[in-house]
Amino acid sequence: MPRHRDKLSCKTNQRNGAFTEMTKPEHLRIETSPPVSDEIRKTTCYMCACRCGINVHMKDGQVAYIEGNRDHPVNNGVLCGKGSAGIMQHYAPSRLRAPLKRVGPRGSGEFEEISWDEALEIAAGWLAPLRQTDPSRMAFFTGRDQSQSFTSWFAQAYGTPNYAAHGGFCSVNMAAAGIYTMGGAFWEFGQPDWDRTKLFMLFGVAEDHDSNPIKIGLGKLKERGVRVIGVNPIRSGYNAIADEWVGITPGTDGLFILALVHELLRAGKVDLGYLSRYTNAGFIVNEEPNSPEKGLFLRGENGKPQVICRATGQLADYDRPDVMPNLAASYHDAGQAHRTVFQLLAERYLSDDYAPDRVAERTGISADRIKSIAAELARVAFEEEIVLDQPWTDWKGQTHDKMIGRPVSFHAMRGISAHSNGFQTCRALHLLQILLGSVEVPGGFRFKPPYPKPPEAHPKPHAGVTPGQPLDGPHLGYPMGPEHLLLDGDGRPKRIDKAFTWENPMSAHGLMHMVISNAHAGDPYKIDTLFMYMANMAWNSSMNSSEVIRMLTDTDDAGDYVIPHIIYSDAYSSEMVAYADLILPDTTYLERHDCISLLDRPICEADAAADAIRWPVVEPDRDVRGFQTVLIQLGAKLGLPGFVTDDGSPKFRDYADYMVNHERRPGVGPLAGWRGTDGEGRGRGEPNPSQIDRYIENGGFWIDHIPDEARFYKPWNKAYQEWAVDRGIFDAEAPYVFNLYVEPMRKFQLAAEGHGDIQPPDHLRARIAETMDPLPIWYPPFEDQSVDPDEYPIHALTQRPMHMYHSWGSQNAWLRQITGKNALYLPTDIWIEHGFKDGDFATVTSAHGSITVPVAHHAALNPQTVWTWNAIGKRKGAWALDKDAPEATEGFLLNHLIHELLPPKGDGLRWANSDPVTGQAAWFDLRVKIEKAEPKPAESQPAHPPIASPVGQGPNVVARKI
Amino acid sequence: MTALPDKTDKKLGLVIDLDTCVGCHGCVTACKGWNTQHYGAPLSDTDPYGADPGGTFLNRVFSYEAQAEGRPAQTIHMPRSCLHCDDAPCVTVCPTGASYKRAEDGIVLVNEDRCIGCGLCAWACPYGARELDREAGIMKKCTLCVDRIYNENLPEEDRVPACVRTCPAGARHFGDLGDPDSDVSKLVAKRGGYDLMPDLGTKPVNKYLPPRPKDTLDTAPLTAVADEPKGFLGWLDKALEKL
Amino acid sequence: MHPAPSVIIFTTLSGLGFGLFFWLGLGVPDVQGGSAFAFFFIAYVLSCAGLLASTFHLGNKKNAIYALSQWRTSWLSREGVAAIVTLFLFALIAVPRIFLGAEMVISGVIGSVLALITVVTTSMIYTQLKTIPRWNQPLTPVLFLLHALGGGALLAGEVKIAGWLLLALTLALFAAWRVGDRRALARGTTGDATGLAHLGAVRMLESGHTARNYVVDEMVYRVGRKHAEKLRWIALALAGALPAAILLLTPPGHITAFVALALHLLGVVIGRWLFFAEAEHVVGLYHGA
Ligand SMILES: Nc1nc2c(c(=O)[nH]1)N[C@H]1C(S)=C(S)[C@@H](COP(=O)(O)OP(=O)(O)OC[C@H]3O[C@@H](n4cnc5c(=O)[nH]c(N)nc54)[C@H](O)[C@@H]3O)O[C@H]1N2
Ligand SMILES: Nc1nc2c(c(=O)[nH]1)N[C@H]1C(S)=C(S)[C@@H](COP(=O)(O)OP(=O)(O)OC[C@H]3O[C@@H](n4cnc5c(=O)[nH]c(N)nc54)[C@H](O)[C@@H]3O)O[C@H]1N2
Ligand code: SF4
Ligand code: SF4
Ligand code: SF4
Ligand code: SF4
Ligand code: SF4
Ligand SMILES: [Mo]
Repeated sequence: MPRHRDKLSCKTNQRNGAFTEMTKPEHLRIETSPPVSDEIRKTTCYMCACRCGINVHMKDGQVAYIEGNRDHPVNNGVLCGKGSAGIMQHYAPSRLRAPLKRVGPRGSGEFEEISWDEALEIAAGWLAPLRQTDPSRMAFFTGRDQSQSFTSWFAQAYGTPNYAAHGGFCSVNMAAAGIYTMGGAFWEFGQPDWDRTKLFMLFGVAEDHDSNPIKIGLGKLKERGVRVIGVNPIRSGYNAIADEWVGITPGTDGLFILALVHELLRAGKVDLGYLSRYTNAGFIVNEEPNSPEKGLFLRGENGKPQVICRATGQLADYDRPDVMPNLAASYHDAGQAHRTVFQLLAERYLSDDYAPDRVAERTGISADRIKSIAAELARVAFEEEIVLDQPWTDWKGQTHDKMIGRPVSFHAMRGISAHSNGFQTCRALHLLQILLGSVEVPGGFRFKPPYPKPPEAHPKPHAGVTPGQPLDGPHLGYPMGPEHLLLDGDGRPKRIDKAFTWENPMSAHGLMHMVISNAHAGDPYKIDTLFMYMANMAWNSSMNSSEVIRMLTDTDDAGDYVIPHIIYSDAYSSEMVAYADLILPDTTYLERHDCISLLDRPICEADAAADAIRWPVVEPDRDVRGFQTVLIQLGAKLGLPGFVTDDGSPKFRDYADYMVNHERRPGVGPLAGWRGTDGEGRGRGEPNPSQIDRYIENGGFWIDHIPDEARFYKPWNKAYQEWAVDRGIFDAEAPYVFNLYVEPMRKFQLAAEGHGDIQPPDHLRARIAETMDPLPIWYPPFEDQSVDPDEYPIHALTQRPMHMYHSWGSQNAWLRQITGKNALYLPTDIWIEHGFKDGDFATVTSAHGSITVPVAHHAALNPQTVWTWNAIGKRKGAWALDKDAPEATEGFLLNHLIHELLPPKGDGLRWANSDPVTGQAAWFDLRVKIEKAEPKPAESQPAHPPIASPVGQGPNVVARKI
Repeated sequence: MTALPDKTDKKLGLVIDLDTCVGCHGCVTACKGWNTQHYGAPLSDTDPYGADPGGTFLNRVFSYEAQAEGRPAQTIHMPRSCLHCDDAPCVTVCPTGASYKRAEDGIVLVNEDRCIGCGLCAWACPYGARELDREAGIMKKCTLCVDRIYNENLPEEDRVPACVRTCPAGARHFGDLGDPDSDVSKLVAKRGGYDLMPDLGTKPVNKYLPPRPKDTLDTAPLTAVADEPKGFLGWLDKALEKL
Repeated sequence: MHPAPSVIIFTTLSGLGFGLFFWLGLGVPDVQGGSAFAFFFIAYVLSCAGLLASTFHLGNKKNAIYALSQWRTSWLSREGVAAIVTLFLFALIAVPRIFLGAEMVISGVIGSVLALITVVTTSMIYTQLKTIPRWNQPLTPVLFLLHALGGGALLAGEVKIAGWLLLALTLALFAAWRVGDRRALARGTTGDATGLAHLGAVRMLESGHTARNYVVDEMVYRVGRKHAEKLRWIALALAGALPAAILLLTPPGHITAFVALALHLLGVVIGRWLFFAEAEHVVGLYHGA
């Protein structure tokens, strides 16, 4: 490299002596090629649910540095703020050290460290007798679980009906609406076609599970200058870079979307060919008034829904190869006309109720803006059509020489799903996508294997309990009518969380947020042991945290805890740890085997099937065990079927052994890659003893690309269906059409109208009739109906910070410096109206409670909305933080304002603060009022007393270089 | 000597796209992670689990909001690290010669074996790009990952700064801004890249790409196919014919 | 800027010390032997204590020797060199004066010039910073010089000269504040600093980190405007106006001189505290400050 004045200054230096010599930059020898590390070990990140590939750089046997794995399908080498800070999570002082037995009262945080033998002995001592008498008295709920196919298998083998993960309080509306409508939703189910889309619309997302793929995707759109429309009351994060910001009033997205539908229909800007071929738009709906079949499809002899064939004008099975349905036709029978789904749909949404001018005020979006967005969607979808020169063959055997794409795409998450009208709103969005013909086409939204998978192909929920025996089937699933509800002979819920009951018939993910309150109330029954994993239920993942804390510590007349035993697995000293009796300390994500399986929520891409593992890149330096291995050991100790061999000895050594050798169906196991003794099997094949080594060699993941002709139109693409069967994704080809009209919902409505044997209780009839509409509807969020909007005029929301994962981030010395406290952000009008200044506190009151918290000004907000970061507030004493940590003194949770039940309405009932279809917790329905807090308190309120730390406190300085 | 080189062979630096940055802080912790393990003393954190934590970061992401009269407010995320100024005042004020600008590539560095931690260079920097590490007592700043970009132990494609490699949105670009034909220079030209506080005469090498104009959608409303619902059915019939 | 005690002590004491050296170099007061020793001793104590204080805030003292190496470019380095040369030269002046009764006129004058140069170099450490417009103005060296000369004269017992100089200091302080306020205001806005002004009024939403950090602690310290206003008048009165009035309007005497000196010192410390506390660094614009 040429250097200026190199020689000259060199000479000068020699003259001037060593003193200046050393200080001349030209003479500095800095090491520009230092060794980076001794070794790279490739595994999978677990700082959130996105599951990116990571390169863990090791020095002297220690973790030195973590970067993204460039070859990994999820993240292509990039990492988010959390991922790169994983090292500080691994070395966090809050890590548990050994199994703990509670010695002080619940909630005190006083524990004694015990051995694993003792811990397993205690757990088995509680669980074994319950299994022999009444397995339902054990409830096993797992939070941020990435091994649900395994944990549910354990629960099923144990025989309790009470199992679910966190989906019920998370985003089941999104998942269920997607499955029922089109066989898959957003996030794990599919993704926008980032490389081809020409208009992208994002609803209610701050971060989402698909963290890095969304960011990578947005980056691609920005590079191509593609317009991004963000629909969100708050303009931050992704919405900050959106070209158009639609600052919608919370809870009104359904109305806005249906107004877009109104505009598109009115102008005939819908893809009629697509609707005819790939949806139930042409199905004939029974319109006979008072018929017990009213609203169901007319069916042929073989039970197949009927359409009117355009060529013949006659009824025909919808899936006959030569039939193209006539959407405009009606079928006349005995003086009654029966029309197609499409006509019912057009009739409904062409109504003035959905005209932009009608919805503008309620949604906070001007009619002109709505019309303009609708027009832009239509323009891009139909005038910027994409054509790929890729022949393909459809399920009816017809070949097409091209793939036609409508390059508008959508993504949405909890902003629309975490409302009590969320299921229907998510349905409305899918309706919009489908009307535009933009699902599973180039430039649109694409499924990731194992999706698409229609509701019929999913299991039905089971709750058949026999003491000492496994449950009669999988716990969770997709009910197709009242016959699939989990009610006993007296109509009482079979599950502790009341999933799959008339209160929330399609609660496909269970209702984890109801477990503690139901168990405490003994409604529907009392339980003995609550077994939880990876869920901070005593704090940020519960509604009304203070009340949940009370329930966990409440005692009966005899002085015993109302919930007698609580077993909990965490890796860190979280708030929840203090409320359990027995703690099973987990390893960190760098110390254990994990399996991100096709049986569960894999890491697939639209163009490929993929799964991944974690493996111990370092051994634990303390007495902790991977939770899955602990379940393997516990299962064996309890002698659960599948966990023991015929002679009763443990079937699996540990989780790694299970990952390799367990078979769910013959030849299909947790890991799809390198199956068979030759390691050539993809998806199918007998167990391969060196399978994990092959994963490690390959960077911790396996990927298998979908053939070109199978990449789009997956539900109807013959090549895809064949490929999926070949890979073990399903056992038989299962083409299907999208459900614009969800017939199973109509079955629940019919019951509410009095038809059928299985009848809802009277107090729920009207609500079921209204909310189980088979075509998307909008109704105001329940909280709007049960509290006075004039008294509580303001919507209060939370958002996830991109650099924090729920409660975990605060124990991370780097991340907590970025956000160690939170403020409530107020829009300009409210800020000015109350005369707030920086540093002020506000008292925020909902119908259930009140908090006093710091405020800050944020102008880019819907004028009726306030918000804060989620889960920054911490309980004093938790997470090995100082009790005066800002997280505890200033940080706060909105959860204290949210109740799992709505306020009493005077009808003697307490209605759940949940979606009536799925039971999804309605976090974002919250309404509040705000006052300036004067004088301002010393700390955010409520301030709970500190809990004792079972792990002590962190060091005073960190400056760690290996 | 803390004289600045008359000219540098290259002007290596970053181009940060404010239209793309989502404010995820990925670059912040990637930078912290790399630079803690590499160049010089580790970036320390004091009272890391306590009531008043603090620590050294070479790159921080700020958020701003901008609002023009009668327009919706806008949120902008702005990462800031050393801009490797051509006319770096932080270098010339340094009494020890610890601060210097490399003639070969223009990177501004601190020689930790000379630094006395007087802090004057941080005072001289308009951009808040230098932080005195409390544990080491040494001035820290962005090194432009000088120990990555030439590092022969890294695969070629990884010879970019840690923050650039990790940015999920692709909002950060690295290259030679002295070469008008480089990708970064072309990007700057195309997108109107600008300097921070040019009036101060520091001549930053790093450039920022401004946010694109927002909230401009103005597509004309759609026209109805029929005036009444009956007419819609008629249109449907005809449209289906054409399929 | 964060008003660190070390820099306040440094600038106050070394200013006084080198101010006194200036007068001593010129042979004012004209003393020998024991009293010369006393005066030089005071000058050395003040300047050395000041210089020593300046090292308190160094993060890494072991490299201190290198601080003298960059005299060609760095005012801080120059200051160090000038101070050391001055102190060394005055040793050559003081010893003959005290012990040999020598006049040392020429070297004295050179010493005085060097002392002034030292004060100027100190002032230039601050004046040179374009990042702090309030300091980056010609009145800053003038202020440092007047402080040194006035305070030095007072220490040297030249009460009338001191009186006039402190009067000048009063005016200079006032002028510096006026000019400084204008310059500080002209720093611009957050919109200018971020280059986002074309998008409208720009304000900081989140500063990146809720935890403390060096730049904020050091550079974004701001004293309240009302508070500063009050302190300005106090500093003006104590450092300049009052002692000037006492010195010029009352008959010379030890007690008045002592009172004037005490007031002046207190005023200087308050003024110096303000000098830092009021200094708006442009980086503050990024923090909305
Ligand atoms: N106000 C409000 N509240 C909300 C939400 C909201 O938007 N607003 N969102 C809700 C949603 S969607 C969700 S999903 C929940 C999430 O709430 P949770 O599921 O409770 O999530 P975390 O807080 O991350 O808690 C998970 C627990 O897992 C522990 N953990 C971390 N790593 C490991 C490990 O490796 N092994 C084990 N065994 N444990 C580990 C952590 O220490 C922590 O105690 O919060 C809900 N709460
Ligand atoms: N970094 C990080 N990533 C995470 C998590 C985390 O804790 N941290 N958690 C993971 C989990 S468990 C989940 S469930 C996902 C959730 O990911 P997101 O769905 O992104 O969840 P939230 O952060 O709750 O963001 C909800 C967004 O919806 C907006 N919103 C609220 N109400 C409405 C409304 O009525 N209409 C519209 N249009 N928008 C609305 C809010 O302003 C907010 O921007 O994130 C996952 N990823
Ligand atoms: S998004 Fe971030 S935290 Fe989540 S898995 Fe990927 S790198 Fe890890
Ligand atoms: S940004 Fe600051 S530290 Fe970097 S070169 Fe410019 S003045 Fe120096
Ligand atoms: S802190 Fe170090 S690098 Fe900065 S001016 Fe002082 S000696 Fe130079
Ligand atoms: S270039 Fe390197 S040192 Fe500079 S901000 Fe990026 S990661 Fe940090
Ligand atoms: S990593 Fe990229 S998107 Fe994230 S804050 Fe940094 S520059 Fe912005
Ligand atoms: Mo969630």
